[in-house]
Amino acid sequence: MAEKQKDMGFDAGVREYSEAGRYYYDPDYTPKETEVLAAFRVTPQEGVPWQEAAAAVAAESSSGTWTTVWSDLLTNQERYAGRTYKIEEIPGHPDQFMAYIAYPLDLFEEGSMANLMSSIVGNVFGFKALRALRLEDIRIPSVLLRTFQGPPHGIQVERDRLNKYGRPLLGATMKPKLGLSAKNYGRVVYEALAGGLDFTKDDENITSQPFMRWRDRCEFVMEGVHKAEAETGERKGHYLNVTGGDMEEMYARAELARDLGSRIIMVDYLTVGFTAFTSLSKWARENGILLHAHRALHAVLDRQPNHGIHWRVLAKWCRIVGADHVHNGTVVGKLEGDRQSTLGVAKLIRDDFVPADKSEGILFDQPWVSVPGMFPVASGGIHVWHMPELLHLFGDDSVLQFGGGTLGHPWGSRAGATANRVALEASVKARNEGRDLMREGRDILMEAARFSPELKKALETWKDITFEFDTVDALNV
Amino acid sequence: MHTETFSYLPPFSDKEVQAQVDYIIKNNWIPGIEYTEQPGLDNSYWRFWKLPFFDAKTSAEVMEELKACRGENPGAYIKITGYDNIRQGQVLAFVASKPGK
Repeated sequence: MAEKQKDMGFDAGVREYSEAGRYYYDPDYTPKETEVLAAFRVTPQEGVPWQEAAAAVAAESSSGTWTTVWSDLLTNQERYAGRTYKIEEIPGHPDQFMAYIAYPLDLFEEGSMANLMSSIVGNVFGFKALRALRLEDIRIPSVLLRTFQGPPHGIQVERDRLNKYGRPLLGATMKPKLGLSAKNYGRVVYEALAGGLDFTKDDENITSQPFMRWRDRCEFVMEGVHKAEAETGERKGHYLNVTGGDMEEMYARAELARDLGSRIIMVDYLTVGFTAFTSLSKWARENGILLHAHRALHAVLDRQPNHGIHWRVLAKWCRIVGADHVHNGTVVGKLEGDRQSTLGVAKLIRDDFVPADKSEGILFDQPWVSVPGMFPVASGGIHVWHMPELLHLFGDDSVLQFGGGTLGHPWGSRAGATANRVALEASVKARNEGRDLMREGRDILMEAARFSPELKKALETWKDITFEFDTVDALNV
Repeated sequence: MHTETFSYLPPFSDKEVQAQVDYIIKNNWIPGIEYTEQPGLDNSYWRFWKLPFFDAKTSAEVMEELKACRGENPGAYIKITGYDNIRQGQVLAFVASKPGK
C-alpha cells in the first residue's frame, strides 16, 4: 500500500494503524500507573477488522493521523502513542467490541478537562471507518488527578457547614419551571423550606428571563431562605442558578448570591462547558459557597447505547473538576437510568476507591486520592412512597429532591415538605433500629402517618403512581 | 423551632435514644454528648459533656452519661453525636433531650 519515495528518505503514504511497530495496537502492552485508560465500545463499519478499528481509535485520539508525515521522524512516537492493549467481545452484540486504550500522561495538560476531552472524545467520534463509538469508562491516574482540585468542599465539609448529620438531605425543585414572578417564586421557596426541606432549587432553564430577572429572584429568594432559617433554627439553602451567557455574568451573579448570604449556588455544568465550570468551581472554593451541578444536556451525550459518552464518565469528570452535588438519577422515578449502573455511579461520585465491577459497568479501578466525594442527587418523579427504598439505595450521603412530590401536596408545599421530612426521618430511625426498609417500608410510613397528618395526606395522594418503562440504555458490557 | 435530624418526629423515649446509640456503637463510631441552653442557627459548638466516649463498649454507659448531664443541666438541649474518625467528622447527631425533661 505504501508508495515509496526513496529519494526523500521516508515511507510516505497510508499505512495500517495496527501495523506492527506503529504502537497503536499492542496486545502485549502492560499499561502504566501514570497512564489514562479508556474503554471504548466500538461499532466498526462492515469489513473493517477489529484490530484495525481499535488501533485507529487509539491513533486518532492520540498522536496519529490518516497518513504518515515526514515530521513523524522528528519525535519519539513510542512516548506519545495511545495503545489499544486489549480487545473484548461484547455478549449479545456481535457487531461491537470493547477496546481498551492506554494514553501516555504527557498527552495531557495539567488541570484542563477541555484538553482531555478534545483528545479522547474529539475528532475520533466522527471517524468514517466506525459506525458508532462510545466511551464507556475512563481511569484517571493519580498523577493527573492531583492537578485538578475536585469538589469545592465535599460531603463532610458540606455537612459541617450545614450542621446536618446522619440522614440524606432533602430538597425540591421550584415549579412551575418558568413563568413565576420573583416575589411569587420567593414565596414558594419560603413555604417549602419552612416546612422542613434543607434545600430548594432553581430549575436548570431559569437564569435571568424577562419575567424574573436575576437580581429580583435573588433578593426575594434570599428573604425567603433567611425567614425559613429564623423560624426553624435550621440552616437552609436555595440553589441559585448562576448559569449565564458569559463568565463575567456568572461571576456577577455568584457574587450577588454570596453578598446576600446564600450558602449554595448552582450551575448547569455541561451546557456552560467544562472550562466555565472549572472557573466557577474555583470561585466557589475561594468564597466558601457550596456548588450544585445540574446535568442538563447529559442525555444527548449518554443515552444512545452504542454512541457517545456514558454517564459514569460525565459524572467522573464532574467530580474531577468539582461540584459538591451532581444529579444522578433515581432508579425509581420518571427519568431514565439503569439500576445497577446508577448505583455504580453513586460509588464513583462518593467513594475514595472504586474497584472495577462489571456488574455495575465499572471497567477500571479508580483511586480518588485526595479528591473529596460529592453528594449524588436523586431527582425526578419521586414521591413520599419511594422514601424507604431511596434511603436503602442511596444511603445517608445523598440529596433526595421531591419537586412535584412536595409542591403537589393538596395542602400546599409547606405541608408537602413536612410530609417528606417526616417520612425521611422515620425511615432513618427505623433503619438505625435494624428494621428492613425494603420489606417494612410501607409499615414504617403508615406508622409515621399516625402522628403526621401531612404525611397521611401525601400517602393518600400518591398511592398509585409508578413509572414503569424499559430502560433504553440497559447495562451490557 | 427544630433541631435537625429526628426533630420532625415525636420526642424520643430513652429507649429510642438508646437504640440510636447502639447504632453508633455497632458502626464503630465514637459516641459523644453535647449540650447548650441556646441551640441557635449559628451555634456550631455546643459544650462537651466530658470528652467523646472513646472507650464506650455499650449504649448503657452512654445513657448513664446522658442522665447525669440532664441532671446537672435541666435547662439544656442535649445532643447525642457519633464521630467517625476515618471520615474525620460527625456522622450522626440528634437532640436526645430538651429543657424540662
